[in-house]
Amino acid sequence: MLKIKNLHAGIEEKKILNGINLEIKAGEVHAIMGPNGSGKSTLASVLAGRNSFEVTEGSVEFFDKDLLEMSPEDRARAGMFLAFQYPVEIPGVSTTNFIKTAVNEGRKYRGQEPLDAVAFLKMMKEKMKLVHIDQSLLSRSLNEGFSGGEKKRNEIFQMAMLEPRLAILDETDSGLDIDALRIVANGVNAYRNSDNAFLVVTHYQRLLDYIVPDFVHVLYNGRIVKSGTKELALELEEKGYDFIKNEVELAEQV
Amino acid sequence: MAIDTKQFFNNKFGEQQVNGSALAGFRKKGLELFNHVGIPPVKHEEWKYTRVNSLFNDGLRYDLNPAAPSAADIEKFRLPHTVSATSLFFINGVYNESLSEIKHAAKDLVILPLETAAAGEYSDLVEKHLGHSASYHPDGIHALNAAFTHGGVFILAKKNRLIEEPVYIYHITDSRGGFTFAQPRILVYAEKQSQVQLVEYYGTLGNEGSFTNEVIEIVAEEASVVDYYKIQHEGAEANHVGTTHVRQLGKCLTNAVTISLSGGLIRNNLNMIMESEHGESHMYGLYLLNGKTHVDNHTIVDNVQPHCFSNELYKGIMDEKSTGVFNGKIFVRQDAQKTNAYQSNKNILLGDSANVNTKPQLEIFADDVKCSHGCTIGRLDEEALFYLRTRGISEKNAKSLLLHAFAVDILENIKPQSLKAFVDQIISERLDFNF
Repeated sequence: MLKIKNLHAGIEEKKILNGINLEIKAGEVHAIMGPNGSGKSTLASVLAGRNSFEVTEGSVEFFDKDLLEMSPEDRARAGMFLAFQYPVEIPGVSTTNFIKTAVNEGRKYRGQEPLDAVAFLKMMKEKMKLVHIDQSLLSRSLNEGFSGGEKKRNEIFQMAMLEPRLAILDETDSGLDIDALRIVANGVNAYRNSDNAFLVVTHYQRLLDYIVPDFVHVLYNGRIVKSGTKELALELEEKGYDFIKNEVELAEQV
Repeated sequence: MAIDTKQFFNNKFGEQQVNGSALAGFRKKGLELFNHVGIPPVKHEEWKYTRVNSLFNDGLRYDLNPAAPSAADIEKFRLPHTVSATSLFFINGVYNESLSEIKHAAKDLVILPLETAAAGEYSDLVEKHLGHSASYHPDGIHALNAAFTHGGVFILAKKNRLIEEPVYIYHITDSRGGFTFAQPRILVYAEKQSQVQLVEYYGTLGNEGSFTNEVIEIVAEEASVVDYYKIQHEGAEANHVGTTHVRQLGKCLTNAVTISLSGGLIRNNLNMIMESEHGESHMYGLYLLNGKTHVDNHTIVDNVQPHCFSNELYKGIMDEKSTGVFNGKIFVRQDAQKTNAYQSNKNILLGDSANVNTKPQLEIFADDVKCSHGCTIGRLDEEALFYLRTRGISEKNAKSLLLHAFAVDILENIKPQSLKAFVDQIISERLDFNF
């Protein structure tokens, strides 16, 4: 589904990603872990198409298409979703209206008829249950005045509505208390199936107790320096990121 | 070629009935001031962005007794769902009684030619309140309106009456015979505990161009509520200078919403004079501009007495070669302790050749007040745009959504639903917003 090859990217003169290689297949959950500044969020942003980052080398294929050539909206329509670390507040745009527009633009792109009001509402009701989100929240302006937890639940709700093939969760656990974390994780797990995949970007291991990954990758200095299974996350939790840093430095000395 | 305005208007002044008119003295004072100060030159601080002197050129038509256009010509300007409403028509700045329809009951509302009101029962009110705005606008363009206070209207909202249906005031300028000058004058008096809504709307017939120089003065008595809406949606050849002067004489609530969607050179002066304790006023403005439209909003909130509250929010979207100007003055006089006055002006520039000049001006002479002001000039929020696009919304639609959201914030303050829908429809079409 997603093939990242030797991806280099940065912002202005600063290089942040220094040769990422990663392949994600349908049905898989990959976790990207790493210390602050390792490039985790940059990777998520580059994949979603944020234009403040410049890709200097490498390629990304998404369902055999050149992802880097696609606009952010076409990436979304082709099945990519980014749950933002800091969802944007947009006064004056109602959440419901926004979701409807987004869902129908995606359907149009895939050659499907737009959902009528009844079908849309039915779908919304279903997905709302998934993340325990209330109707009153959705009639308000998008994310405006939402608490941190409400914003993150709204992200997962949007994911459920848009039914992406690959969902990138950018530090979705940051700022969540345990109840909110559980709700968000349950939402993700309910949506998980053999056709879709997840890239879970996180600093801490605790989210991975709830969203259990198939693979864990450690990002350091813009490169994946170690990959493994969920046990790697536990090891990181136990030993801290310093053990990775030491290993990398040792390797470089050799 | 520019004309000699003093010569032109002094000749024209003689065409007005000088003797026997109750307004003769008022006009004469206006002419004297006009002769003294003249049309504001470009270097005038208050007029430096809005070159009103460029509008007085050869061929200027100023007809004090204009012929009425046909009913069909008028009809196309009528706002939707207003057939049963009171509609007052001004033709080239002169109130036309036969085209106008007064649907309100006399126990709610009195509507008279200003001249009649000044000569009869309401002479004291007219004498006391007509021209109060002059001390805030000691310039020649304001004086010119006073000098030709002719064919004006007097509107009185009766004590204790809650008047639900707005009064619609249409200013139609017939430019088919050439570039036409018009000077409407209106005096509104809201008696104690009355509630009244006024809507002003402008239209120009023909393409030869027009220049409307209007003054409307509104006096609000104790416990009255006055809502005022000014909607500008004319062709690029229609120019406008208008002063809306609101005086609060008792504790009351006055709201003004100024919407400028199109036109040529536009200057809107809006004054809220808080002359009584615990008065409250709200001022909202939206200018959504393209082409070469120039809109200049000059507002004044004058806190004369203590404990008043005022809130002001003006928003602008400038595209192509358009220009927006915002100048917001807040005065807090020495006695006006505990004043709360807020002001905000937000602008989005879309076109590379679009311009905006914004200037908040606070003059505070009391020491226990809360005042704030702020202005922003920017482009669309890139982060918001990116967020919407990552959900599959096209860049074009994402922009429309964000711009419409920015503008609709102001429309929420238009209480008559049909008027709000009318403005929203124009805005939505302009912004390609169809969700």
